[in-house]
Amino acid sequence: MGEWTFIALLFIISLILPAVPIIAGRLLGPRKPNPLKNSTYECGVETVGDTWVQFKVQYYIFALVFLIFDIEVVFLYPWAVAYHQLPLFGVVAGIVFIVTLAEALIYAWRKGALEWV
Amino acid sequence: MQLPILESINLMAVLPVLIIAGWACVLLVFDLLIPRSRKHWTAWLALVGLLGAAVALFFQIGHFARLGSEAAFDGMVTVDGFSIFLQVVFVLTAIVGVLLALDYLPRHGIERGEYYVLLLFTTIGMMIMSMAADLIVVFVALELLSIPLYILSGFAGMRETSEEAALKYFLLGAFASSFLVYGIALTYGGTGTTRLTGIAQAVTSDALNLPLTTVGMGLLLVGLGFKVAAVPFHMWTPDVYQGAPTPVTAFMSVGAKAGGFAALIRVLVTAFPAIASEWGTLIAVIAGLTMLLGNIVAISQSNIKRMLAYSSIAHAGYILLAVAAAQRSENASFAIGAVVFYLLAYALTNLGAFTVAIAVERDDGTGTEIDDFAGLGKTRPWMALAMALFMLSLTGMPISGGLVGKVFVFQAALQAVPGDPLLLAVVIIGVLTSVVSAFYYLKVIMVMYMREGEGKAVLPLALKTVLAATAFGTLVLGIIPGPVFQMAQRAMLK
Amino acid sequence: MIPLHWYLLVAAGMFALGIYGVLARRNAVAILMSIELMLNAVNINLVAFWRYMAPEALNGQMFAILVFAVAAAEAAVGLALIISIYRNRETVVAEDINLLKW
Repeated sequence: MGEWTFIALLFIISLILPAVPIIAGRLLGPRKPNPLKNSTYECGVETVGDTWVQFKVQYYIFALVFLIFDIEVVFLYPWAVAYHQLPLFGVVAGIVFIVTLAEALIYAWRKGALEWV
Repeated sequence: MQLPILESINLMAVLPVLIIAGWACVLLVFDLLIPRSRKHWTAWLALVGLLGAAVALFFQIGHFARLGSEAAFDGMVTVDGFSIFLQVVFVLTAIVGVLLALDYLPRHGIERGEYYVLLLFTTIGMMIMSMAADLIVVFVALELLSIPLYILSGFAGMRETSEEAALKYFLLGAFASSFLVYGIALTYGGTGTTRLTGIAQAVTSDALNLPLTTVGMGLLLVGLGFKVAAVPFHMWTPDVYQGAPTPVTAFMSVGAKAGGFAALIRVLVTAFPAIASEWGTLIAVIAGLTMLLGNIVAISQSNIKRMLAYSSIAHAGYILLAVAAAQRSENASFAIGAVVFYLLAYALTNLGAFTVAIAVERDDGTGTEIDDFAGLGKTRPWMALAMALFMLSLTGMPISGGLVGKVFVFQAALQAVPGDPLLLAVVIIGVLTSVVSAFYYLKVIMVMYMREGEGKAVLPLALKTVLAATAFGTLVLGIIPGPVFQMAQRAMLK
Repeated sequence: MIPLHWYLLVAAGMFALGIYGVLARRNAVAILMSIELMLNAVNINLVAFWRYMAPEALNGQMFAILVFAVAAAEAAVGLALIISIYRNRETVVAEDINLLKW
């Protein structure tokens, strides 16, 4: 049952950690509300317009391109870790993989997916 | 873990796949340089790549006829007669897919070079599927096959039906493939390996967790059943076939289905021979249901693409019957030969039928009703004759590949009856539903010849070529099936 | 060590939640998210099986990586499709996307 105790402890600590500052803030802090303080926080500036605005489609395309490249990097990680033991073929295979990614980047670039309009 | 050395990679064995893969990557960049008005260059270049792969395959046919089978990528894939035969089917289908799109895309204002590149990518998926020797490869190949097809079915983006078809195909396809991986994960858990031969060994040994493996196999069947459009996983088929651009429908009705069957046979016959009677019964039941539903619902269809969609469901049923017959090991070689032969005959016939549908379709995507075929018998006698041949072949009438395919399938099933009496009932269902199917296939012929109509059709050279080739192929398979069937039978794994 | 079947139960629960999401949600994006949940349930299964059944070969781990790479590709294609539909029709509710019916 040893590892269960740890999980239980972890669970309790994870509850305490955020609870302490919240409770401490309630108990110790002075409370002087005014309309400006109660408004939605947005980088110190007053909120402008509606929250539910439509983003540019370009933004989604950026996100999609990022998503793909972000995930593909995971294949490079084991390759890099085992680099010193790799035979020539393994190195070449990795290079082919990177070239393929570069090609995809060229494609995305030429198709204008990287332009921020 | 031992790192693979170069000899075990064996790049020569997978040369056709490498040619297409490399060519597709080059073409993707090359297409950027081709001006918008000259996109047919991409099509011709794609054809060059496919022909290159065809040449490589041609040389491999002789090689593998002598040697049997060869492993590549450290045993992850097996190249043998079975995979070579199916690869030929896939490459031919892809060539037809390019030719069909050549005039269709500009005519409908959706010409983009990506069509051809995506077509090449999905073809690679199919080819790898046919040589998979490891469940990981089955999954990756299935996704490589599916993801470009999701995009292709939405290729006519401004047409709302096309977009809708793509979304439906995507959501249901992704849903089904998550069942497939879950099945693979459970099989892996039950046997401790993902290698098909390793699973076969584990299934016969004591170390096995049989319930886990059996459930895993069941979920695998769900995923692959979706790809081949077997009842009860067929719901997407009519919508997607109707909504997708017609060349894509033609390509996917043949390619995706054959790819699914290739993986189905690889997995069931190589990995699970020890529980063959279980999956045999299951597949036989699914086959019966698929034939019944496909054929009966097809009767009430008025749209040619939708009708062919239900027809493709029905044909999946006939092929599944032969798969079920592969459960008896002494019978497996004949049954798999029947499956492969049927796939080839169906490919030729169906591609031909869709070619006619493309010729009749108007530029705005209408003209896909069966009534639009009225009058073709007078205005386009040769095309009508070819269409009549395809319809007869799909029904299973004499001098067509369809009849011979059905005969082989039923024969294979009857041979397996001693092991599984249920098959007899399914064969009877198969024969009866074939008779029912005559009803809706002959309706098309009747409309073409008996009914008055404009009979308008656009038939450029590329379509004419495809039409002539597929009609010729259908006839050849119908009149002298012997040599091809022998090749198909020798294609057996092992 | 925590017994294997605990992991399997969590994975099965997640998978079932995913199925429920696909069947019950009407928003296409939510359906996509549910499918991702199902794939991640499979990943838990794979890694757990790898650790407990066959830790000497890297099959399970590698497969898990492939599964989420493929899942990302699927998500990218799916989101692109959904965006394109939203631009044309102003809806992502699966029930409203119903031009084709049998």
